[in-house]
Amino acid sequence: MTTALQAASYVVVAVLGVAVVVCRDPLRQTMVLGIFGLTLTLLFVALGAPDVAISEVVVSTVAFPVVLLATISGTRHGGREQEEDR
Amino acid sequence: MSRERRRLLAFVPSAVLLGGLLVWGLWDIPDFGTAHHEYARWLTGHVTAQRHVSNVVSGVVFDYRGWDTAGEEVIVFAAVTGTALLLRTTRDPDVEPTRDVETSDLTRRAGDVAVPLVVLVALWTASFGYVTPGGGFQGGVIAATAALLTWLTGSYRRHRALTPVPLVDGAEGGGVLGYLLIGCIGLLAGSAYLANVLPHGSPGALPAGGTIALLNWATGVAIAAAMVLIFHEFLEEHLLALTEREEGR
Amino acid sequence: MTVLPFLVAALLFLAGLYGVVTSRSYIHLAVCLAVTQSATYVALLSVGYVRNGQPPVTKGSTPGKPFVDPVVQAMTLTDVVVSVAVLALVLSLAMLAHRTHGTVDPEQMRETRG
Repeated sequence: MTTALQAASYVVVAVLGVAVVVCRDPLRQTMVLGIFGLTLTLLFVALGAPDVAISEVVVSTVAFPVVLLATISGTRHGGREQEEDR
Repeated sequence: MSRERRRLLAFVPSAVLLGGLLVWGLWDIPDFGTAHHEYARWLTGHVTAQRHVSNVVSGVVFDYRGWDTAGEEVIVFAAVTGTALLLRTTRDPDVEPTRDVETSDLTRRAGDVAVPLVVLVALWTASFGYVTPGGGFQGGVIAATAALLTWLTGSYRRHRALTPVPLVDGAEGGGVLGYLLIGCIGLLAGSAYLANVLPHGSPGALPAGGTIALLNWATGVAIAAAMVLIFHEFLEEHLLALTEREEGR
Repeated sequence: MTVLPFLVAALLFLAGLYGVVTSRSYIHLAVCLAVTQSATYVALLSVGYVRNGQPPVTKGSTPGKPFVDPVVQAMTLTDVVVSVAVLALVLSLAMLAHRTHGTVDPEQMRETRG
């Protein structure tokens, strides 16, 4: 039997997971992914897994957004023109 | 549009089939919250007595399932090498990023206070990883966060100066190699690879666990260096894009 | 109520797959792969949970209460950190594709075959 906190965490994780997929704009999706990671952390704590929760909170709050934002910035406007023949 | 429609048409029946298989397979799993976990019960009852570590998860990661963690280390090494190869060798070597994020004085002072605190948290999480929840993996990522903060609250030049490329590359490879070599201590002592043959110390204290402590630190160093390397490459791309945009190329 | 955890895991998995199939950008595709991966984390930890269990740390634990399974936690925590490196590799491929072809749309790269 799941407790109320665990059931609520599962539902929130499911809702946000679908929200991440439905977001088409990569920038907005990065923010929703950060919140998705936080709800996953809440779920992991509710399931009695503090080690996994520490990893998930640091990874989804710092590592994922940095990597995604740098990629979005680097692919924003058309590529570099091919000046020489490579 | 028709290509996407065709792809969706192919996806929906296979998704229904996969969903059905998943539900059918998961239906017979023992109930959520069942008490029938024989391996888990044995581990939580014996790890503290055998290895003198109180965080059973760390004991499992670095000792009872140490071989799986060695595989994970090699995965990180391969992925980071691939990223570095792809991004470093295809970059134009004559172009340097000359634009940077501008920070105010207040941000810089806050960074001077925050960065050592985060480094301290990283060291604490990594070193007490086998006593309380934590470990080399978590501490490594937190240490990389501290390195990232030196860029966010300072300048890119300071960030690169504090994390020189030979040091980061060497630490990354050295950490993974260190993990694999520490496993050979077991071979030298006449036991199996990755066997825990060093003295075990006392539970709840820092010198405990034998090779668990050494593997913990090797992992922390390798993961911290891997994350810093990834951040280097991606930040360089971001700043190059900033430079290109502002100089109107 | 006891099938909720595994239903959530299956839903996340299929949602991530749907995102990968109908994706218009390699960055969106990489994030949907991350969602699919998190479905496996949810499934693993749900399998390992013990009713009224406490975290598997013996220092400061209450005697008599059962412990939650530590093996699935060990697998999951290494996986979470390693997924960052793998995501970085996928995104660097996306950046390289953009650098060569000027776009991150998988549809517009069909002409580069052969």
